[in-house]
Amino acid sequence: MTTLLRTDGITKSFGGVRALDDCTLEVEEGSITGLIGPNGSGKTTLFNVITGYAKADAGAVYLGDRRITNTSPDKVFHAGIGRTFQLTRIFPTLTVLENMLVPASSASRKAGGVRRKAMDQLEFVGIAGHHDQLAGTLSYGQRKLLELAYVLVADPAVILLDEPAGGVNPTLIGQIAERIAQLNAERQKTFLIVEHNMEFVMGLCARVAVLDAGSVVASGPPDIIRTDPRVLDAYLGVDVDA
Amino acid sequence: MMDRETTGRFVLKIDDLTAGYGGGDVLRGVSLEVPTGGITCVVGPNGAGKSTLMRCVSGLLRPRIGSIALHGEPLAGKSPRDILRLGVVQVPQNHSLFRDMTVWENVELGGYILGEKKAIAKRIDAVFGLFPQIAQWRQQKAGSLSGGQQRLVEFARALMLEPTLLLLDEPSMGLAPKILKTVFDAVREMNAAGTTILLVEQNARAGLRLSSHGVVMENGQVRLSGTGREVLEHPEIGALYLGGAVREGLLVRLLVSHD
Repeated sequence: MTTLLRTDGITKSFGGVRALDDCTLEVEEGSITGLIGPNGSGKTTLFNVITGYAKADAGAVYLGDRRITNTSPDKVFHAGIGRTFQLTRIFPTLTVLENMLVPASSASRKAGGVRRKAMDQLEFVGIAGHHDQLAGTLSYGQRKLLELAYVLVADPAVILLDEPAGGVNPTLIGQIAERIAQLNAERQKTFLIVEHNMEFVMGLCARVAVLDAGSVVASGPPDIIRTDPRVLDAYLGVDVDA
Repeated sequence: MMDRETTGRFVLKIDDLTAGYGGGDVLRGVSLEVPTGGITCVVGPNGAGKSTLMRCVSGLLRPRIGSIALHGEPLAGKSPRDILRLGVVQVPQNHSLFRDMTVWENVELGGYILGEKKAIAKRIDAVFGLFPQIAQWRQQKAGSLSGGQQRLVEFARALMLEPTLLLLDEPSMGLAPKILKTVFDAVREMNAAGTTILLVEQNARAGLRLSSHGVVMENGQVRLSGTGREVLEHPEIGALYLGGAVREGLLVRLLVSHD
């Protein structure tokens, strides 16, 4: 197995708070890797550093052999890393299809090919029927699916999902999980997924990495991770009475 | 139904509580009791409903189904202010002091509803007696204190009303591990001085160790309850955070030993 995405000793502070502390993470090509950790452990900050939304104070990010540390978000996107956000970032007053066409140039937007490609992705995630509806009228889970479809248009090699199941009803959670598994199996997409829903993570991911206080404290298959004492320390806290 | 024995033993009785925001339910049939004179600690993973439970008790969120009773008196329909007057005082999760006011002024504000200057002065003396270190900071701006020190001042402010029930929502939030001990020691001291405490804590081990009673919530339900120690040492507690060992629908309950 080759490593497709790697962070090497990333450190990132906000004021006096060290959000990431020598954070090293490897995501194997073709894998669905989970990234878990208690509140405030640095998961979203790591996503932001990888995708260029935050600058690392130290350390490096590699996509394959290419060093992409501290490049701008659009360059990271074009290098082949797509991401979704914890709170979806859609345009509520544009239609679902218009949202899909936002990144296209105004000339190509009219071209049938671009629209068809956008519709294909909406079809794939299962919300093509809503294409001419305002995106603001979608349910929370459908917005997550729209974001996934949006990311797919650029055909990225790696997809980072920030809490894809958070706040989504159980039926749609299943639909989201199925699409991820399908994209991984049929289109060889590599995934890195931040999620608090353990059933979702443990069921979908072959490997899970655990962040605590800004560092990866454990990584491995779900069954090993569940009983790892370092992981239990991260979640249950360390007793302060000695 | 008010039976005298029950109302004496428990400060608070929560029965089959369902509550949420917008379309969804966050709490789904939560029942628990807060024994008089103890520290009851509620723990559980992100999204379990711990803070929502606190909001229901303090009246900030109206439950959809179920009841909350304080010393046998139902809190249904009461405003946060009414509930405060009944002696339920909450210390919120985020820092809540007025940064540009002095420590003394902040603590004094905690007694606002007492009205009378004399009564307020008396309570300030009592509170500073319990936390002498805070008396030393009295003229400092609250914003100049460290996070841990601010927590102690928030505790002092809450004690101004001599609460029947003190609600602490994640007092360790955002504090460095070194400071935690100071904050947890203060919780223990407030309890030793006679205050019944309902504590929500992210550091489950430290919180449960401190507490006479423990409750683990997960996905809006109580999954485990018992003495603090029983819950702390229960083999399934990790699984409630990380999934896996606890099968769907299996409720693990321990008998609370009331002694």
